Amino acid sequence: MIIRSPHHPIRIAALTYLVLLAPPLRHILESSMTGQMLLQIPLLIGVGLLLRQALPARALSIVASCNYQGIAGLLLASVISAFWMLPLALDASVTEPFIAAAKYLSVPLLIGLPLALSWPRMGFIVRGVFLLELTASFFRLGWLYLIWPGRLCNNYLLDDQQRLGQYMLWIGGALLLGIAIKLIWGRFGSV
Amino acid sequence: MAILRTLLASLVLLLAGGAAFGVVTDQFQAFTTETARRLAVRRHPVQIPPVELQLQSGSRISLADLRGKWLLVDFIYTRCPTYCVALGSEFAQLQDLLSKPLAQGKVQLLSISFDPIHDTPAQLKAYMQRSRDRGLGWIAARPVEPQGLGNLERAFGITVIADPSSGGYTHNAAIHLVDPGGRLVEIFDEDAPNLAGRTVLQRLGQ
Repeated sequence: MIIRSPHHPIRIAALTYLVLLAPPLRHILESSMTGQMLLQIPLLIGVGLLLRQALPARALSIVASCNYQGIAGLLLASVISAFWMLPLALDASVTEPFIAAAKYLSVPLLIGLPLALSWPRMGFIVRGVFLLELTASFFRLGWLYLIWPGRLCNNYLLDDQQRLGQYMLWIGGALLLGIAIKLIWGRFGSV
Repeated sequence: MAILRTLLASLVLLLAGGAAFGVVTDQFQAFTTETARRLAVRRHPVQIPPVELQLQSGSRISLADLRGKWLLVDFIYTRCPTYCVALGSEFAQLQDLLSKPLAQGKVQLLSISFDPIHDTPAQLKAYMQRSRDRGLGWIAARPVEPQGLGNLERAFGITVIADPSSGGYTHNAAIHLVDPGGRLVEIFDEDAPNLAGRTVLQRLGQ
């Protein structure tokens, strides 16, 4: 009944969200640093991206009136993302129910949704800055996790942290390759 | 107008974000749980619950019985191949450094096992012997009730996770200083026993 038309973005978002909330899956994803940072948080961001469809036109126009070139939205998403990159925030979201709730609410609503609202308004330069900063973050954090001698999170093992670092370097590399291909063969003004 | 409003919204976001980061990271000093807990206890000492313990000798005490002494506490499990081996020999070294106040009964070294099922009094005794226990002022103990262990871990801020690669555990290892009032007042790195020892001497005025 609920999934009559599974292609509807809102329904996909709601379903994904419910699945991510289910305790067994939540436990599996949060039992490794890699699972939390490369699957759980990105999927929650994805839920927020899809939520744009649910906003009424009036809300969209109010947001747009203070989101010139998508800059305010991008800033909000960046600040909240930076928070969920703090090792103590990752730790607390596993052990403290209140912080876990904050993660489940803020990641879709304050990262995913603002990004979805801002991306279409972002010009070539803003998009370029965003993508390069995203890529750089993957390299910076990936390198940090790979070489850091101790554990950054009390809830995660050192080899997990190093594996995450390795994956993040690969993702950074893939992003860089994608941007390079776009710059060489892509059409400007469309991303 | 949209530009001005965006500018204003961005400024508010940056200020609010910066302030929130400052609060959460303790003025940009603590980015990990471990640093945060060390800063926190220094500022707001934590009362340690009077948990019931069984010692390596088999006898039982309550943590409250140790009030009146400065305690240096570490958390271990005796099968541990890494940190706890190091911590064990560090506690033995602390027995040398602190021999005078230990003999006076002003200081007590205490190793608490977070693996009470395996760490029987006999195992605790063997652990101390392996670490070259000097036989003065050091006790190893296991919590009698599982709930007691949970309360201790919460009060001290100890996180223990299973490590499938070694079949044992990984935990945040450190040396904890508890004052005579039973309050956790300072936490030292697991490889800084001398600093911990000197701090105790300083607090005793010795």
